Amino acid sequence: MPTFAPPRIAIAQPDSPIVTVTGTWHVHALAEGGNMAAITAALAHGPGKRASGWDLSGIVAMDHIGAQVLWNAWGKARPAQLTLTPGLESFFNTIEEAEQQARPDAIPQLSFKAWAIATYGEKLRNLRGNVLDLVGLIGQLTLDVGRLLGRPQRGPWKEISAHIYHIGYRALGITALVGFLIGVVLSYLSAQQLHTFGGDVFLVNILGMSIIRELGPLLAAILVAGRSGSSITAQLGVMRVTEELDAMLVMGLSHSFRLVLPRLLALAVVMPLLVIWTDAMALIGGMLAARLELGLSPAYFLRKLPDAVALANYWIGLGKGVVFGSLIALLASHFGLRIKANTESLGEGTTTSVVTAITVVIVADAVFAIIFNDVGY
Amino acid sequence: MSAGPAPALTTAPAPAATVAPIISVRGLSTVFGDVVVHQDLSLDVRQGEILAIVGGSGSGKTTLLRQMLGLERPSAGTVEVFGEDVQRAEPAKLQLLRNRWGMLFQHGALFSALNAFDNVAQPMRELHALPEDLIRDAVHLKLHMVGLSAQDGLKMPSDLSGGMVKRVALARALALEPELLFLDEPTAGLDPNLSESFVELILALRKEMQLTVVMVTHDLDTLFSLAGRIAVLADKHVAALGTPAEVVQSPHPFIKEFFLGARGLRAMQGAHIGAGEIDREIDKNETHHES
Repeated sequence: MPTFAPPRIAIAQPDSPIVTVTGTWHVHALAEGGNMAAITAALAHGPGKRASGWDLSGIVAMDHIGAQVLWNAWGKARPAQLTLTPGLESFFNTIEEAEQQARPDAIPQLSFKAWAIATYGEKLRNLRGNVLDLVGLIGQLTLDVGRLLGRPQRGPWKEISAHIYHIGYRALGITALVGFLIGVVLSYLSAQQLHTFGGDVFLVNILGMSIIRELGPLLAAILVAGRSGSSITAQLGVMRVTEELDAMLVMGLSHSFRLVLPRLLALAVVMPLLVIWTDAMALIGGMLAARLELGLSPAYFLRKLPDAVALANYWIGLGKGVVFGSLIALLASHFGLRIKANTESLGEGTTTSVVTAITVVIVADAVFAIIFNDVGY
Repeated sequence: MSAGPAPALTTAPAPAATVAPIISVRGLSTVFGDVVVHQDLSLDVRQGEILAIVGGSGSGKTTLLRQMLGLERPSAGTVEVFGEDVQRAEPAKLQLLRNRWGMLFQHGALFSALNAFDNVAQPMRELHALPEDLIRDAVHLKLHMVGLSAQDGLKMPSDLSGGMVKRVALARALALEPELLFLDEPTAGLDPNLSESFVELILALRKEMQLTVVMVTHDLDTLFSLAGRIAVLADKHVAALGTPAEVVQSPHPFIKEFFLGARGLRAMQGAHIGAGEIDREIDKNETHHES
């Protein structure tokens, strides 16, 4: 950047003040160092309205922002006595023109009551919209399943298979790692407690029961909600932003049949499989820790497992997988379709989707616990 | 301004050869995978002119523009803007450079989470030096200059029509009073009326703010009514460079097809009156610029 003469304001004679303005009145000159602050201070003290005249002939260069600073200092009107070089004239003409335009009224301050009504009313309306949309989506999906059963050869099989790969196969690594580590931790903690009571052999019961019935499905669901739920919402949201959703409607392609149903079916198929996988990894982790901590051999562990854990628990775990998977897909798609065409809504929608999906999964888990409270013991 | 866009040109010391170009592209090559887009391309942009870059689809017009802005790195060669190499300048210098240019993106690229007013105010606030009431006045001035009312400033980008998005984007590009303005397809997606008024707007602003303009366009009407010089990208380099009248006479097959088709002839006929003034002005400089 070339160096420029700094913008300055000076008062020539104290008694009949003529304000002389010199230097470069360019936005970058003003923004540099303390120039703007110095000018504001100079304007506040001295000239203001008392000045009988302004001399701008010392100005080297000017732009609209520089001109606006002076214009504001004049109280938004030309001073009576003004010396200008002809080049500066047009800036003030433009400002004067713009000044005559109506400004929008300031937004009125709401009273607390009005604010509360507006805020909570908006929230209620949003909730109502969410519920209606969700019910609509579930209804539409039911019809879509009917359509799929009626003409299975025209179903979105390719999409389903692609989603199974992305949501299921690609998640094997992370679910294995998390499952294994949780198994190790759980086994260590339980082993220490059981050892004090001399109940070492019951480790198999504790691990088997908690992992197969509870932790496996829940861990897999939370990981998938974070991993695939967010990606489903973001995908649909970006499709809204890029008008792909509108394009599909125009071509007569149903959003729910082509976008939501494949994801729902893929998740419903893949989640139980991921649950089995996570169960297995967690049990392996638990087995290893039991070998190290209590000296229980893996062979004993495996032999004891079928006696300790009734088969019903396994089926409950798988059932949870199907339900959790469907819930995640449903909620992620629902929030994805509700995203509006701006970046803020995209971020907000993705967050809401993941938080809601995880919460709903845990609520559903509690419902499972209540319904099946006397099964499988 | 009484002297029109001229000051920068007429006050420049007489021998034009010593006036450094504002943008100078030297030996530029761009390769994407196996595709060679530019090969040993050189181009100068002079102070105060409107240079249009034209070329077929995939000829690397927008890529060249993005390389001038430092958004993309060429495979070889240098791009200097205001004498600063945009690929190798220090961050502080690059920041100063960025304050001196403005870019109008093809689709506006407005921040969708901010309303039109805040979009224009953003670069001014980013200086952290101007008081808020000054920013408010300055934004209203900028909106007024691009022909928008203060009421429009309250709208979100998603509520604006295509033409208004372009105007807001132009106001944002001009927020910090740049010396150099880049336009990517300034009139694409606008109806003929709007596009004509947008062209007039750019001409008026350029006169008022003494802008140097570099634009990429497909639209022949825009081209002939705005451009002082045209650079035609074809065969991976600048196939022709000069005033519209000169470029049209080039024997290059792409240029023949592009300008001398029915569309081109129609646009040229329509533009003669409008472009005449600019042509003459550029011609004046041309005489001592061209070797």
